[in-house]
Amino acid sequence: MNIHIKNGRVIDPKNAIDSQQDVFISAGKITGIGTAPVGFKAETTIDASNLVVCPGLVDLSARLREPGDEYKATLISELQAAVAGGVTSLACPPDTDPVLDEPGLVEMLKYRAIQQGLAHVYPLGAITRQLQGKALSEMSELQTAGCVGFSQANVAIADTQVLWRAMEYAATFGYTLFLHAEEPFLAQNGVAHDGEVATRLGLKGIPSAAEALALASILRIAQETGAKVHISRLSTAEGVTMIRAAKAQNVKVSCDVSINQLHLTEHDIAYFNAHCHLKPPVRTQRDKEALTLGLKDGTIDAICSDHTPVDDDAKLAPFAEAEIGATGLELLLVLVLKWAQQEKIALHKALALISNHPANILGIPAGDLATLKPADICIFDLNEYWQINPNNLKSQGKNSPFNGLEILGKVKITLVNGQIVYQT
Amino acid sequence: MNNPQLDADGSLRHLLSIDGLPKKILNQILDTAESFVGVAERDVKKVPLLRGKTVCNLFFENSTRTRTTFEIAAKRLSADVISLNVGASSQSKGETILDTVNNLIAMQADMFVVRHAQSGAAHFIAKHVPAHIHVINAGDGRHSHPTQGLLDMFTIRKYKPELHNLRVAIVGDVLHSRVARSEIHALTTLGVPEIRVIAPKTLLPTQVEKLGVHVFHNMDAGLKDVDVVMMLRLQNERMNGAMLPSTQEYFKTYGLTQARLALAKPDAIVMHPGPMNRGVEIDSSVADGKQSVILPQVTYGIAIRMAVMAMLAGGQNGGQTS
Repeated sequence: MNIHIKNGRVIDPKNAIDSQQDVFISAGKITGIGTAPVGFKAETTIDASNLVVCPGLVDLSARLREPGDEYKATLISELQAAVAGGVTSLACPPDTDPVLDEPGLVEMLKYRAIQQGLAHVYPLGAITRQLQGKALSEMSELQTAGCVGFSQANVAIADTQVLWRAMEYAATFGYTLFLHAEEPFLAQNGVAHDGEVATRLGLKGIPSAAEALALASILRIAQETGAKVHISRLSTAEGVTMIRAAKAQNVKVSCDVSINQLHLTEHDIAYFNAHCHLKPPVRTQRDKEALTLGLKDGTIDAICSDHTPVDDDAKLAPFAEAEIGATGLELLLVLVLKWAQQEKIALHKALALISNHPANILGIPAGDLATLKPADICIFDLNEYWQINPNNLKSQGKNSPFNGLEILGKVKITLVNGQIVYQT
Repeated sequence: MNNPQLDADGSLRHLLSIDGLPKKILNQILDTAESFVGVAERDVKKVPLLRGKTVCNLFFENSTRTRTTFEIAAKRLSADVISLNVGASSQSKGETILDTVNNLIAMQADMFVVRHAQSGAAHFIAKHVPAHIHVINAGDGRHSHPTQGLLDMFTIRKYKPELHNLRVAIVGDVLHSRVARSEIHALTTLGVPEIRVIAPKTLLPTQVEKLGVHVFHNMDAGLKDVDVVMMLRLQNERMNGAMLPSTQEYFKTYGLTQARLALAKPDAIVMHPGPMNRGVEIDSSVADGKQSVILPQVTYGIAIRMAVMAMLAGGQNGGQTS
């Protein structure tokens, strides 16, 4: 089908486009920006006047809860949430039930995702079997089955010998390891940032040093082995400094920050708000500012939603017993827009953090509008207000620390492979 | 952000934590308790303020002393009292906290006295009960134990009425102590000018000084010239491990002995929330000595709990006519 998107403000960060242009799509691919390909005859025309037309967003961390946790969310509900949020490609961590450590499971997940015809799903396979941090999973087989990288989700590899071997093995094949930096002994039973608020509320803390210690091991081993590592969800000022130094020494490291970390601090826990029970914990104002600075100077490469849908019952418990996580797929774009506005960051720079940068980290054909790329496109209104609340979310997880917030920016149309998969 | 303990007009709806309660309300509770101290000395130790009301002691964590004093307090106010050790019943069958609470509300409970091992449990329950139900926190994790904090203030006021002129030391496991947190908030709110905490670094939470206290690691230095010594209980499970090497070493370095107490002011009082570990945090001669007010604390605890229940169920002045 030929689609003509006209009069939109096209922002393609990778190709340095930010101007009013028309976009032409044929057979699921982008076939022209500005000028129509020869003989182009539109079957569908989308009027994008006063709207932004940008690459479909790429999310580095979105839990779909399948297989195993379908009472929390299903593949269908979460992929609908993705496209409603303008996200057209997402990487999902392996902490499902069973764990994504078998090629058959990955194939099934890929197959089921393709059947939906919504967002593209890129599984991250488990680095170690059952995420136990002991034996390596069959990385090569998993890659053949569709994994684009390997991860331990929130589980640490405590044994540095195993971590070393995992990096050597991954480096052998050029795979990227996605690691969450948290030293497991220091963080044991912790539920909040170890600081003023945890002390006042009597919550067991996770010190910032837990991130620094884990990062020190990961970065050093990455340097020794030459492995490509991606640090998922950085949370501390010290972490930003360490990544900056590692990059200067040419360690093959990239990293992201969760959108929650850019808006929340420990004080948002207030009177035990279980929606702020997150991993990593929300930290201090100083950390929050350092993370923004890290994004501005390129130390941090991308922003992820850390989408973690949780059923209502699992959040209905005292803070420490309430399940970890917040829904995020539908909030990624708007919360990035809000952050960019507050920090006076140009729109194309902000969008790069959720399009071509994460696509580059995953090594997937997404995140820009180059000719003959798959036509994955997000069209949104920069000036429309809406309220974040459970009724306005498609995700089965209604758990958000941002519930009640009035926010600017509304996705109007999402295309995947040149098909309109979401429209309001 | 609305204070979950107060009604829109600023009156007490739940008692969840001392943190966030205005001085006016603390004094009101203490003054109301004053009028209840006399009740215990009468032949008929009952007043009809809570007649027809049902108070439910909901203990998800075991306790004998606190539960008993709440029971006595409720009975002296003529309430019907149910005490449930939920730790041993529904919870082990997988029932959620809210299911347990809602079942009891369906049985017409009017007030819940809640103890739970998780910080924030009382806030959580208070957030989910209907408007006419009152919740009293009888201890949640490491967070708060407000009636203990209040009875401690009541005791201090009895012996040392000039609160604005006191030096108070809190000694022991502040890290895990909801009592310490409640005491610190109560003391700062009531205007006590110098509050010290004395403990090894392993038993102090991060940035404890932000609660408004001076930190001492040396017991002798910390006790110098204080008016009040508030000892904390050392939980058995902390005694031999990564927190502390041994009870013997702890007693040697942080145990309250007569010799150490002599460093405080001559008329200093010694307090302890109980139950005591004699020979671990406190020497028997001090616990039973003439400066100890540990048993009066228990007695006043009943008056404080009566005052809180009366204020919650019967309006601001606790229904007292003076």
